[in-house]
Amino acid sequence: MRRQHEEFTEGVDWITVLMFVVLAFLGWCNIYAAVYDPSLKQSILDFSINSGKQLLWLGCATVLIIFLMLIDYKFYDAFAYVIYGLVMLTLVAVLIFGREVAGSKSWFEVGSFRIQPAEFAKFSTALAVSRYLGDISIRIDQKKTQMVLAGLVGLPVALIMLQGDTGSAMVFCTFFIVFYLEGLTPLPIIMGLISGFLLILALLVEKIYLVIGFSTIASFIIGGIVFYKRHVVQPIITVVACLAFIIGVIYSVDYVVYNVMKPHQQGRVKALINPDGDPTGYGWNVTQSKVAIGSGGFWGKGFLQGTQTKFDFVPEQSTDFIFCTIGEEHGWFGTLVVISLFVAFMFRLLYLAERQKIKMARIYGYCVVCIFFFHFIVNIGMTIGLFPVVGIPLPFFSYGGSSLWSFTILLFIFLNFDASKKQML
Amino acid sequence: MRENKIRTIQFAILLVAVVYLIKLLFIQVLNSDYQTKAFTNAIKRVTVYPHRGTIKDRKDRILVSNTPVFDIIYTPRKTKIDDTLAFCEVFGLTKSEFIAKINEIKYEIDKKTGQIVIDKKTGKKKIKDTYSSFKPNVFMGQLTAQEFALIQDRLVDYPGFEVQARSVRMYPHKSMANALGYIGEIGKEKLDKLAEQGNFTYKPGDYIGRSGLEQKYEDFLKGQRGTKFIMTDVHGLERGSFGDGKYDTLSVAGKDLFCSVDLELQQYAEYLIAGKTGSIVAIEPSTGEILAFVSSPSYDPNILRGKEMKKNYAALLKDPSKPLFVRPLNASYPPGSTFKLVNALIALNEGLIDTSTVFPCNRSVVNCHGSHSSANVFESIRVSCNPYYVAVFKKLLNRGKSTSYFRDTEIGFDLWRPAVEQFGIGQRLDVDLPSVGKGNLPSNKFYDKIYGDNRWAFSTIYSLGLGQGEMGVLPIQLANLAAIIANKGYYITPHLINGIGDRRHRLKKYNQKHYVNIKPEYFDFITRAMEAVVQRGTATMARSKNIQICGKTGTAQNPHGKDNSLFIGFAPMVQPKIAICVVLENAGWGATAAAPMASLIIQKYLTGTIENQQREDYVVKGVFIE
Repeated sequence: MRRQHEEFTEGVDWITVLMFVVLAFLGWCNIYAAVYDPSLKQSILDFSINSGKQLLWLGCATVLIIFLMLIDYKFYDAFAYVIYGLVMLTLVAVLIFGREVAGSKSWFEVGSFRIQPAEFAKFSTALAVSRYLGDISIRIDQKKTQMVLAGLVGLPVALIMLQGDTGSAMVFCTFFIVFYLEGLTPLPIIMGLISGFLLILALLVEKIYLVIGFSTIASFIIGGIVFYKRHVVQPIITVVACLAFIIGVIYSVDYVVYNVMKPHQQGRVKALINPDGDPTGYGWNVTQSKVAIGSGGFWGKGFLQGTQTKFDFVPEQSTDFIFCTIGEEHGWFGTLVVISLFVAFMFRLLYLAERQKIKMARIYGYCVVCIFFFHFIVNIGMTIGLFPVVGIPLPFFSYGGSSLWSFTILLFIFLNFDASKKQML
Repeated sequence: MRENKIRTIQFAILLVAVVYLIKLLFIQVLNSDYQTKAFTNAIKRVTVYPHRGTIKDRKDRILVSNTPVFDIIYTPRKTKIDDTLAFCEVFGLTKSEFIAKINEIKYEIDKKTGQIVIDKKTGKKKIKDTYSSFKPNVFMGQLTAQEFALIQDRLVDYPGFEVQARSVRMYPHKSMANALGYIGEIGKEKLDKLAEQGNFTYKPGDYIGRSGLEQKYEDFLKGQRGTKFIMTDVHGLERGSFGDGKYDTLSVAGKDLFCSVDLELQQYAEYLIAGKTGSIVAIEPSTGEILAFVSSPSYDPNILRGKEMKKNYAALLKDPSKPLFVRPLNASYPPGSTFKLVNALIALNEGLIDTSTVFPCNRSVVNCHGSHSSANVFESIRVSCNPYYVAVFKKLLNRGKSTSYFRDTEIGFDLWRPAVEQFGIGQRLDVDLPSVGKGNLPSNKFYDKIYGDNRWAFSTIYSLGLGQGEMGVLPIQLANLAAIIANKGYYITPHLINGIGDRRHRLKKYNQKHYVNIKPEYFDFITRAMEAVVQRGTATMARSKNIQICGKTGTAQNPHGKDNSLFIGFAPMVQPKIAICVVLENAGWGATAAAPMASLIIQKYLTGTIENQQREDYVVKGVFIE
């Protein structure tokens, strides 16, 4: 037993742990900077402000980490579905008992504390998916497998959408990358990317020009096929199908924007295309966020010296828009450091995933990387105007107990797998 | 196979990171627009107004100081009024006044109708562009300490209403309004003019000295404005100083001024002249310091400050008695007989007459008073003999330098005029007040223009010899003339401020003596004659038992009405301490009106008391012409 313990401690990937500590520490400092009021000069430990509370959440997270690491990895293997099931129940419960905040009913409120179950759906779904795919007998190219996977991922997505939290629901798209890594065709990813690209394009350019453009390209391709190939029917059908798909997407833009999207979502998409169109309305967030980051210069204004975030020009400055504080107070240098840290962190996790001996651990590792990657893209992208405003946190930086714990659990279950790899086999 | 896929994921991560960093490089480093935007977003420049310098009299009594006024500030977002009626009672408003005030802050008000402007597009009341429910607005401006005291205790009951203290000018007396001047918001023209000169110290809405000492000494009084950079949040609320104040500049308080006026004397002079039109200027001869500076009618300087200023100023402008007109510096009168002193001095100095020269009192050209048949210089001054000075003026103008009568007069005139100018007559005295007049000492060109070249001669302009005719002299110049005689031949330009910052520092020009090129012995002689004027001449109503007063009366014809009454003099005869000029418009003879008034002021200044209450009553009553 003792021997096993030493092996485990040696097996813990301290590099990742160190990166986690650094990220969480930087996050904590920036939360303080974001809410600091120079006329009050609060301490970073002041429990009435977010940095003080975040310290509390960090303390809880530490306790959580110890528990997560002490538990035998087999527990996660055995109880993956149970955990998944419990979280799904809370997702249902929040729809009934939850408290509505800013249009989405996704919070449990106990006293002054609020918990967002959707955050925990991320790791539990990752656990369930990897548990399911981890079974050696499962083959991803089978219809049945795909159906089950669709169910496992679709259920939380549906429940979270019902809460009105589209941003959190979108995170589950990343599982397609995991499926792709495990052998599924990349077609859904490619089609998703193309659709997104076309959606933006259709909002920027007159639709009829797009149709003419794409049709012309298709005609040339068909012409080429006819001229060079003997078997023409199959390729031509493919090209025509692609064209039909493209035109379909283009013409569904209006429908998607005006019928599927809610007004605030429409505004956010429009603000992405043209932030100056409505600078005090939906463009406000993007404009102010860019002003805050842009005003940082190369070296930034210095710790606590920012003015745009702490004086509420940037909304949600300690949560979703925490990156603005980094940009404003630490400049391009600061954003370079943070982005590099995240890249290194994700690379490290990918490396760890690759060295896993059991399939479930590996797949779970992929899930972890993909979830972080998605948050990274969307959160930073929206603050610099490259992505529509979607309310999801920047891992370890954004203020909030639910997201911090959720990411901590997500990460340390994986580190437990990794540390236990010598016991496997 | 999976290795390739991992490579793809790694590539995707790197690609996103690189794209983001490039985008960040653009907005953070390469584009400086965001820095400017952030600054205008969150940093407010606030001008810190320095304490404006005060003005004290020669005995350290306050002439002008600053006093706090209180603005009641109203922030709509924070406001909660449960009982409007009770609120109105505390603030001394009617309900409709209260509603009007609130509306005025929030909505655009049509200036003509006083109604709220309705937005044509929406059909709703048009809210001001500058309005924000987070922004503090002035609800009631410039309450005095007494007014504020009434609501101070109750203010805490009304969240959203706060007090903000400011400073305005304060005069603990009602005197000297015309000399002190007033401050007011800087006008656009003045701003543009300053901007042209590259002076950007003032902003619209700033206060600046607009007349009197406030204007003349603006640069000293105003001090140096400081600038504070204050961070504001998205609602425009202040959130502390920017960069811990390292970009701020401190304000430097304005310099205090020390005025040579004796407030007690000033007030006494104002008391005597109240209800009459005219000027009193008293000077300390040895220093040129003005002891009293009275322009009547005047006004209470306290009305040109605070919230009533605009209304009161308009009323003063319209007042037919012209209380804003600074008579000592701008009201030009023929000097009358007081001018005989100048001609006597010049003629004696140039040897055209001597102390024993006698002329007959030939009343065929001009009338005279008294029963004398002839006079010497001394007597001519004592009794103010007119024909004597016609003769003296003839000596001055016709010196036999040309055979042509006209030419001879012109040569004589050109010798005489510069001699007169030495006394500051026809000259702009560089008094430390804005817009000082010159009066009028005619030149030969002036007469050429009227009569034609070589068409005028002594007989045309002899009335100048008596200080009548085209000549105009200002009260300040007459007082200065008295000072010159008192000093036996020099003057220091009269001035009100003898200390800037402290009593030792005054403007250099007020240390400089201007000499009159006339031998001191003639001043002695004239001084004795002036003493006789008061003791047993035309100014016996100015006589004092205890003080040797020297003086000269003047009665100047006034084409617009009754004669103006003039008196100039100084006292005591030996080592004079005060020189004075009193001009009373339409008050008749100098002997009966101006002379007794001057005497009372001299007594008051030199002894602190007056000898004859009846005389004071007579002067205050002011019925000089029966």
